[in-house]
Parts: sequence; C-alpha cells; structure tokens
Amino acid sequence: MTTKTDRPATGSGTGKPTAGGRNGRDRQVKSEVRLFSSLGHVALVVWAVIVIVPILWTFLASFKNTTEIFSSPWTLPAELRWENWSRAWTQARVGKFFINSVIVVTCGVAGTMLLGSMAAYVLARYKFVGNRFVYYLFVSGLAFPVFLALVPLFFVVDNLGLLNTHTGLVLVYIAYSLPFTVFFLAAFFKTLPTSVAEAGMIDGCSHTRLFFQVMLPMAKPGLISVGIFNIIGQWSQYQLPLVLLSNAEDKWVLTQGIADISTNAGYEADWSGLFAALTMAILPMILVYAIFQRQIQGGLTAGALK
Amino acid sequence: MRQGKYPFVIGFLALPVLLYSVFVIAPYVQAFQLAMTNWRGVGAPEWVGFDNFQRLFEDEAFWKAVQHHGILLLALPLITIAIALYFAFMLNVGGGSRSGQRVGVRGSGFYRVVFFFPQVLAVAIIAVLFQMVYRPNESGLINGVLMKLGLDPVFFLIRPNLALWSIIGVLVWQAVGFYVVLFSAGMASIPTEIYEAAEMDGASRVTLFFRVTLPLLWDTLQVAWVYLGIAAFDCFAIVAVLSVDSGGPDGATTVLAVEIYRNAFTYSRFGYASAMGVALFFLTLTFAALTLRVSKRESVEY
Repeated sequence: MTTKTDRPATGSGTGKPTAGGRNGRDRQVKSEVRLFSSLGHVALVVWAVIVIVPILWTFLASFKNTTEIFSSPWTLPAELRWENWSRAWTQARVGKFFINSVIVVTCGVAGTMLLGSMAAYVLARYKFVGNRFVYYLFVSGLAFPVFLALVPLFFVVDNLGLLNTHTGLVLVYIAYSLPFTVFFLAAFFKTLPTSVAEAGMIDGCSHTRLFFQVMLPMAKPGLISVGIFNIIGQWSQYQLPLVLLSNAEDKWVLTQGIADISTNAGYEADWSGLFAALTMAILPMILVYAIFQRQIQGGLTAGALK
Repeated sequence: MRQGKYPFVIGFLALPVLLYSVFVIAPYVQAFQLAMTNWRGVGAPEWVGFDNFQRLFEDEAFWKAVQHHGILLLALPLITIAIALYFAFMLNVGGGSRSGQRVGVRGSGFYRVVFFFPQVLAVAIIAVLFQMVYRPNESGLINGVLMKLGLDPVFFLIRPNLALWSIIGVLVWQAVGFYVVLFSAGMASIPTEIYEAAEMDGASRVTLFFRVTLPLLWDTLQVAWVYLGIAAFDCFAIVAVLSVDSGGPDGATTVLAVEIYRNAFTYSRFGYASAMGVALFFLTLTFAALTLRVSKRESVEY
C-alpha cells in the first residue's frame, strides 16, 4: 500500500519528464504535461479529501459530547469518550445487529458458494437434457429488478413460516445471489482443463469426489472473486431484511438497525451515540478493505466485466 | 465412468433449482398475476384486469418517480463516468512515459485505494452518514463549516429542487472509485505502442484521451453505463433512509422502489404495488435494450 509520502505536492507542477527540453516541441509538450499534471493532482487531492473527510469526521464525532458536536464540528474531541461507544453497542443494540449480520452473511455466502458452484459445475461440464434451459433460467434472474418480486416474495416467505427468521433471510439471500454466482462460475469451470478431470475419472474417482477434491480447488481464483462479490452484496443488503424481518427487532441486521436508529431516534438527540454506532458499522469494513483491498478491487471488477 | 451421471447431475442441481424457483421465479411470475388484482392482503385476490395500470397512469407520485428515474438515468452515469474516466486517465496514463512504460501520476496506488473505499460500505450506512453531513444546522459537516464562516446554511435535503441533486451527489461519491478501478483495468490492456505511435505523431494529451483511450475503452464504458443505469433504477436504500420522509420533501426525491414499498407495506395495496413493479420491470428492460442498441458499434481490434 502506498504511504503518505507518496502524496503529491499540489500545484508545484511536478511534471514527469526529467530530461531538459532540447527543442521547442519538447518544451511545449513539457509545459503541457506540467499543466495537465498539476490540474489533475489538484482534482485527485480534492476527491480524496471528499472521500476521507466525512468518514474521519464521523469517527472524531463519535468521541465528542453533544456540546462539542454542535459548537466545534472541526476540532478534535476534548477526551476519548468511549462511553459513547458502549452506549451504542448495548443500549442502541448495535452489538446485537452486528452479530446478526455476521451470522446471516456467513450462512448466506457459504450456502451461495456451495449451491452456486455445484449448479455451475454441473451446467458447465455435463451434457444432459434441459441443461441450457436450467442455465438460462438462472441467468435470466440477472435481468430482473428485485423490486418486481418484493410483494409476492413477502407472501412466499410468510406462507413457509419463515417470516421474521434468519433462516428465511438466508435462503432468500442464497436464491437471489445464485444468478450471478452460477453465471460467473459456469464460465470459470468451462475454462478449466479437462485432462485433470479425465485422469481423476480413470483413477476411479466418483463425480462427487472429483468435484470437491479436484475441481473446486482448481477453481479457487474464481470462487474468491465471486465470494467477495457476494459478501459485500449480502452485507450491504437493506431492502430484503427491511421487508422480511420487519417485526422481529432482535433479529435485525446492521444496515437495518443503524438506519432505524437514525430515522427514529435521530431527534432524541443522542448525537454522539449515533456517531459511535455509525463508526462501528464503518470501521470493520475499513479494516477488512485495508487488508484485502487488492483482492476486493480485483474481485469486484472481475465480476463486473464477466 | 458413464454410469451414475444422472443421479449426480440431479443431486447437484436439485437444491439450487428448488431454492431459486421458490424464492425468485415463483415471486416474479406471481407479481404479474397480482398486478391484475386489487388484493389487499386478506381474502382471495379479485381480478381487475388493467385497472391498476390505468390508475398508475393517473397517479402523480408514479410520474414523479418516473421523472426522477429519468434525471438519475442521465445524470448519474454522465457525471460518474466523466469523473471516473478523468481520474483513471490521470492514474494510468497521466504521468507520461517512464522508460517506455506509461505510468500514472505520483501516488496512483494511494488514490486507487482511497477512491474505491465507499464501494465496500453498505448504501444504507452511507445514507445515514450523509444525513449527518447534510444536516441543516451547525451539527452538519457542510453547514457547520458554512455557518462558522458566517454564511447561510444550505438546506440540502429540505429544498425540493436541491434534494434530488444532493442524493445524486451521494450516489456519485460512492460510485466513482469503482469505475476508476474498472476503467484502469481497461486502460491497462491498451498496448503501449499505440500511445507511443500517437505521441511520435505529436498528439497531445487531450488528443490521446479522445482519439486513443476512449475508442479502445468502448466496451468497458458500455458495461459501466448499463451498471449505472441499473443503479439509477434501484436506489431504494439511499432514498428511503437519506431523504426527508422517504422520498420527500413532498415527493421531490421519490423513486419507484420507494413507492412500491410504501404502497405494499404501508398502505397494503399489494395489487397496485405489483403493478408498479411490473412497470419498473418494463422500464428496466427498455433501458437495457436501448443502451445496447444505441451503443452498439464496431469494437476496435488491437
């Protein structure tokens, strides 16, 4: 990762080419580069500030008290008031919501990856009647907006007795993650060499064993990309839990919980608690992103370009 | 080892297909049926034909929502792609060439990491964050500063003609980083020789950008436009959480998703909400077809 020392000196014209201009054209190009470069630098720094400041400001405000929040939005907090954090964690139940999110996303992504890779593998590498039909059935799901199905989905889940349960939400997450997962992984399984699979078959490997012990390990890069895509997608989900968990407050996930705190309790003026809650929702994502940023960027863009 | 193929195939497909049929396919099919009824959640749905759609066309809130989708559909991709393209060009090509290799400006790695960051935050969380940023009094990030400077506060989410643009601002804030990385990946695959040849002929940066980079990036741009278009149709979380009264003030920021949610789960008009869902479906489909049609052109081979 690049450190602070790489921050450009803005406006000082750090145009790249170092060799002295030998003729007019060179000089002209050089000054053009310099102008372009410094304008660009200013724009880049400004955007970086726009991205960082709201988050930093939230983090600082989570340690302030109400007076400080109102009177001095730009100063550092006078002391580190961790009680804001503990109040948000227990009283505003951010801790509970956080754990719920972790449970739902863990089960959701695990289920999605298992079922998605199974379906994708069979569809990509086995010829059978109806193969194309099932494949297009899955892929067609990519084109539909979730909102079309929202109302009937609510009643399907309700009729199965799964409304206001984590099980219901997890199953719905899996179902809605399948189109992209199958689409992406089927393309990936197709690219894997057949020779290894054939060798396994000759050695008397069963279809199932072949899948779990040979094909899945070979598909690891694809699994990681689509796994990241699903983790971020399911962790960020707001509309599905809002509809499917509406009457079970103790089951709420993080996005839902925080949004509720801000819309309902926003006027009760526990400002610092709200900032602390927000920070707690943001901070883990920053940490995870900082550690895995290469894989996350790669995974999401690979997902988009497939 | 041909035996046992079908049991294996069926065994592997059964569960995924079952889940997908129950939770995705069946609701989609039912949505079209429900749209033709006046169902309110109790009793048997009563068939009303196209009544819901007729009502839809006379519903002011529906047209407001459609109009907002129109604005979003133009503004969101245009602004996001313009900013992201400029940054991606700076970060990949803008630094000139160093020992034959085109490089970005200094600190490219740093910017790429920072810009992308909002992408991993949940939209609902971003909406709450910007509620704080946009607050109309001295506790808001922007107005706190303005008021300290002795200026009047700006009522971002409260003034009807500013509210939608405040929301677009947040959407752009979140999206730019992703498209910078996406375009960077596209630019990285453009061979250096093309740039060298163009520069040899005396092409300026601006020419390089418009005559070389842009045409060779066309496929990626098309993907970006479709993705942002879909995002413009589906901005439930941000409007529901960030705007005043979910879609307010007075419907100034409402979108179809919010209207569907409101009609279904606040007013129990399930049939009517489904009709809106069907309308949204056809709008999305039209958009995708149009985009692919309009942007279809010879891709440049290299």
